[in-house]
Amino acid sequence: MSEPTSDLMLRTDHVFMRFGGLTAVNDLNLEIRKNEIVGLIGPNGAGKTTAFNVITGMYRPSEGKVFFGSDDITGLKPHQITAKGIARTFQNIRLFKEMNVLENVLVACDMSIATGMFGATLHLPGYVKREKEARKFSMELLEKVGLKHLAFEKGTSLPYGQQRRLEIVRALATRPKMLLLDEPAAGMNPQESVELMEFIRKIRDEFDLTILLIEHHMQVVMGVCEHMYVLDYGVTIAHGDPASIQKNPKVIEAYLGVD
Amino acid sequence: MTLSLLLQHIVNALSLGSLYALIAIGYTMVYGILRLINFAHGDVFMLGAYVAFYGITLVSLPWWAALLIAIVLTAMFGIGLERVAYKPLRDSPRISIMISAIGASFLLESLGVLIFGGRPKGVPVPEVLSRVIRIGPVSTVVISLIIPLFTFGLLAVLVYIVNRTKTGMAMRAVSTDIEASRLMAVDVNRIVSFTFGIGSLLAAFGGIMWSFKYPQLNPLMGVMPGLKCFIAAVIGGIGSIGGAVLGGFLLGGIEIMIVAFLPTLSGYRDAFAFVLLIVVLLVKPTGLLGKRQTEKV
Amino acid sequence: MKTNATASPLKITRNRLYTLIALGAFVVLAIVADLFFDAFTLRVFNLCAIYIVLALSLNMLNGFTGLFSLGHAGFMAVGAYVCALLTMSPQLKDMNFFLMPMVPWLRNVTIPFLPAIIIGGLAAAFVGFLIGAPVLRLRDDYLAIATLGFGEIIRVLITNAQPITNGAQGLKGLPRFSTTFTVWIAAALVTLFMVLLMRSSYGRAMKAVRDDELAAEAMGINVFKVKVTSFTVSSFLAGIGGALLGHMITTIDPKMFTFMLTFNILLIVVLGGIGSISGSVIAAVVVTILMEVLRFLDEPLNFIVFKTAAMPGLRMVVFSILLMVVVIYRQRGLMGNKEFSWDMLTGLFVRKGRKGGTNV
Repeated sequence: MSEPTSDLMLRTDHVFMRFGGLTAVNDLNLEIRKNEIVGLIGPNGAGKTTAFNVITGMYRPSEGKVFFGSDDITGLKPHQITAKGIARTFQNIRLFKEMNVLENVLVACDMSIATGMFGATLHLPGYVKREKEARKFSMELLEKVGLKHLAFEKGTSLPYGQQRRLEIVRALATRPKMLLLDEPAAGMNPQESVELMEFIRKIRDEFDLTILLIEHHMQVVMGVCEHMYVLDYGVTIAHGDPASIQKNPKVIEAYLGVD
Repeated sequence: MTLSLLLQHIVNALSLGSLYALIAIGYTMVYGILRLINFAHGDVFMLGAYVAFYGITLVSLPWWAALLIAIVLTAMFGIGLERVAYKPLRDSPRISIMISAIGASFLLESLGVLIFGGRPKGVPVPEVLSRVIRIGPVSTVVISLIIPLFTFGLLAVLVYIVNRTKTGMAMRAVSTDIEASRLMAVDVNRIVSFTFGIGSLLAAFGGIMWSFKYPQLNPLMGVMPGLKCFIAAVIGGIGSIGGAVLGGFLLGGIEIMIVAFLPTLSGYRDAFAFVLLIVVLLVKPTGLLGKRQTEKV
Repeated sequence: MKTNATASPLKITRNRLYTLIALGAFVVLAIVADLFFDAFTLRVFNLCAIYIVLALSLNMLNGFTGLFSLGHAGFMAVGAYVCALLTMSPQLKDMNFFLMPMVPWLRNVTIPFLPAIIIGGLAAAFVGFLIGAPVLRLRDDYLAIATLGFGEIIRVLITNAQPITNGAQGLKGLPRFSTTFTVWIAAALVTLFMVLLMRSSYGRAMKAVRDDELAAEAMGINVFKVKVTSFTVSSFLAGIGGALLGHMITTIDPKMFTFMLTFNILLIVVLGGIGSISGSVIAAVVVTILMEVLRFLDEPLNFIVFKTAAMPGLRMVVFSILLMVVVIYRQRGLMGNKEFSWDMLTGLFVRKGRKGGTNV
């Protein structure tokens, strides 16, 4: 694996995250290349979501650095990191509960509220034009994922699977280069999971994305991921392609020990 | 400043601090269990003082009997208040229950004006309590000494209850996780009532002692002490009984000392607490003895 | 928010027509009120307008940005005092400041009402910004208690800054600039502002912050900036409301701006529906009128068969119970977070022209 480093999309350099005496993430060194779909797997409590939170700026790492492309994004605020091109979804779906589906997506389009409060309030021409474009873009996104007919339903009233999809659309509306999905298949049956993985591959191709996804059932992501990292108690116990991960004795032990 | 004057101030600070601590405990316990700022707590304090007052003046009870009866009645009232105003909202958004608490507070105050009258009432302080005694260079009224003594006694009992009894254990369980406690067959409603009972009891005791020390009653007398004691609880780290006591004494001490040593600032007396609050919140948002919490994403 | 996605063009025109008629009817009502109402009734009528401004400014925080602030009275006080001190003539100031002379640089300043009220609003906004920047890092209950604290601190400062504010004596004999015309124009402008803001992307960002702060931040919204902006603008509007109030009752003193005043506004916002503009407008009118109409409760009551003594406080008892009943049994208030629309009205039954100027 000696591809040129310019290909690197995301890199975490010896990242540690400690809470009091607990080290939730212990020396994490991710290297994710452009257009890869990478799985971050491990049993419950392995530190996967914490790693996401560090990457997206929700937590500031106790030690180490996070690089996005060639930029050091360590310590940036979450909204700044989103602006750089990393979008995420949440493990426990976090839709805007009083908003309809379209508004949920529109919020994510608004990223640069460059017009400011007064431009927006006074509906200045620049704002009106952008708002129109945002609506068109949002509707197109919704159409692509088959949620267009639900645009004016309340987001939280959708069935579970569609809420997950909506969260992904919402993340896409920030026009990311990289997408972080936190257990996108949680609560889905095997059939739905397979469909979701197809969907993930599809959006990767269509939106030219790099995807990092969390999953704790290894089988679900085997088919879709090109590369995997396995965490256990915060420590990266293995990484490599799915086939080698499946055979790795440490991984087997970690999984048998828990499940 | 002579030594005797300084000691005098210390005695005053101790007794004011004790009163603050007594009320602050009620806030902190209720908050610990329900995550609710019981805005009406200061008015429960006022109610306790009035009930004792009427016990002494209308029914001509001896002061200690009026004190006991008022404490019991006020504790029952506190339990009732929770049942009526807070229990129906336990699963509602936090803002609803907070608004209900503000409503309850205003209701009690305006009921106070309606029933007790808006004009201040003078409290007949029992002779035993208002007697001036001298200890070495310090001369003080008995009540100023009795307040800290009783406060420490009550605190010892409270600490025993919380740490050593089954009910106390249930209280700690409910404050850690109300749902899990319910699953573990803890009678949450009973524990919440018990908490409100204890909190109101301490507030009533504080209110009565307050009225013996500053012998004047009015229906709004609970507002400022109520706010300040909530602040004391926040400063100490809300949810922690030790923190409430610490915060109460800290606030009482600072207030007395600033007025004593910087009399030009005494006009700002009521603002000290708020300034202190804001400083503490900005430096250590969970209070001096509070635990850090991070939201799970 | 209402979505007009399926409404046909014809229907929109009809609703716009209704709106125009209602607005026109309201303008006529305002003129009639101004010409023919007695002083007391006119005052209540105009008080409604001021409470609309105040309720909307609080709703912007509590309802739309999800920031539970209890310090509103403090910002009103800043607006009221700054505006009053700028409009009062030097002679009037001398009459007020008999205990302690006023600082000379302020004594000699007298400017017209319009710039004065705007400066009053800006002063409140500035104070709001200064307070907001540190305090808005706190969450729900802590924020509520810290804003309450700042409200009180502002009041204590005003009481003690005697050479500037005349301390506890307050200011008397302010020029009566809050005419029917002024207050209702202000109410209309603020309502229009809120409606447009909440329909815009900025309003959407505020609602996103209210619904889920973390998700909003993750969607690229600078949550802290949105909060500070909302807090500052809300303070500005509170300052305007305070200035209007001061120049209507022509007397201000620090006791006016206690937590009680914040409570009254909160009552309106909760009754109308947290997060509903039309709810706040309707509730401001209803509550203001009720507050005045129910004044009889504090007087001796005559039940023909028996008379009660005067019962000061009964009115507030009624209002506190009302607030609690609404919170407990109808948590979402009159309108929830919905907005008034003609379709909603005709959907119920025809009840024409009761209230105009609100459903822009």
